[in-house]
Amino acid sequence: METAIEVRDLVVKRGRRTVLDGFSCVIPRGSVTGLLGPSGSGKTTLMRAIVGVQVVASGEVTVLGHPAGSAPLRRSIGYVTQAPSVYADLTVGENARYFASLHRLGAAEAEAAVDAVGLASHRDQLVADLSGGQRSRASLACAIVGRPEVLILDEPTVGQDPVLRDELWDHFRRLAAEGATVLVSSHVMDEANRCDRLLLIREGALIADDTPAAVKREAGTDDLDQAFLRLIRRQGVAA
Amino acid sequence: MILLSTVRRILTQLRHDPRTIAMIIVVPTLLITLIYFMYDGQPAVFDRIALTMLGVFPFIVMFLITSIAMLRERTTGTLERLFTTPVGKLDLLFGYGIAFGLAAAAQAAVAAGFAYWALGMDTAGSIGLVILIAVANAVLGVALGLLCSAFARTEFQAVQFMPVVAAPQLLLCGLFVPREDMAGWLQAISGVLPLSYSVEALTEVGAHAEATGIMWRDLTVVVGAVVVALILGAVTLRRRTA
Repeated sequence: METAIEVRDLVVKRGRRTVLDGFSCVIPRGSVTGLLGPSGSGKTTLMRAIVGVQVVASGEVTVLGHPAGSAPLRRSIGYVTQAPSVYADLTVGENARYFASLHRLGAAEAEAAVDAVGLASHRDQLVADLSGGQRSRASLACAIVGRPEVLILDEPTVGQDPVLRDELWDHFRRLAAEGATVLVSSHVMDEANRCDRLLLIREGALIADDTPAAVKREAGTDDLDQAFLRLIRRQGVAA
Repeated sequence: MILLSTVRRILTQLRHDPRTIAMIIVVPTLLITLIYFMYDGQPAVFDRIALTMLGVFPFIVMFLITSIAMLRERTTGTLERLFTTPVGKLDLLFGYGIAFGLAAAAQAAVAAGFAYWALGMDTAGSIGLVILIAVANAVLGVALGLLCSAFARTEFQAVQFMPVVAAPQLLLCGLFVPREDMAGWLQAISGVLPLSYSVEALTEVGAHAEATGIMWRDLTVVVGAVVVALILGAVTLRRRTA
């Protein structure tokens, strides 16, 4: 399978803390990969390194064959930060149109992106007046509007209603089927079952990198929560 | 293309905030009216102070608005996100410069028009030059605001930069004490503060029917200060942060 993202020996320090210490992984093209781990494990830092906004101490991050953050990638990456990063004093539609314009796309594409995240009826509402879940969907719309080849989503389903969450996952699957590479972080394990591959990360170290089925088989349990726990314990014993 | 849509985006944000628009347009006019009544019966003094204020208000207002707007870009994550898109630093810097420069032009036109026609302000030179210098001052405020926002982490801190940046310039620009009457070291400080030049340029417009060489030189100094502040501002905009 073709590689979309390759991280090699990545070291990231924030302040005096080493968040990622020699982290390596490979993410295949056209897949949905789940990045799972507790809060503070380094998920956001890894995602920031992949989109090229994180200062890294050493190591290499390559996206679609280019160094992370390099100019050619800025047309092909969509990034949704954990806190919704859209303009609160613009409407949903105005936000989407602005981000569409950055990719030389017009109002039709912006409208389609707003529809895709289920905000069609809130198009003319100011983002400031939306609920938290709606805001993060507005943020998502601004990331998918450029039809990115690589989509990096930091906990996009937090606070979403279960039906909508299901629809969002269907949407991620559809994007991947069309050839996009989707990396989604989450700490909800039931979402992990919908991924092609899982990266389990804890304290900046990779604990597992496999399909959900293989992770469960490896740990000898059908429950991903349990599997994660067992893999951590096993690693603790080995160390 | 990206620059234009960025200008449009910033102006749309402003449009959704009618209270801020009202403040931008009305406040300078009200303050100049206040000065008019303070110097009732002393038209020469009013002319001098009002003329200076027409240059100072746009600077202060645009400095404040820009530093808060840019700080919001930094703290809400939109700046980080923009840096993952094809947006260039110059698109952002000039986007703010042009958008708020347009707002400042509207502000200066209303305030200057009111001062001339309703309050009887009188200058030897034309109102067009007064507005031109006022807009240059506003853009200077935008450029310094973009720069200062890099050194503030919260909106509280950003607001504190206003007295730090604006007050010394206002005190030393020659409005309170003529610059040539100041102690040498104060003159030296005054000589490196851009507002001193825009006030001098306005004074030239007040005293001469035609644009003078000194006025154009002063305006060039102000534009030069804008360019330097924008370059320093670009340096503070980092795609990668810790």
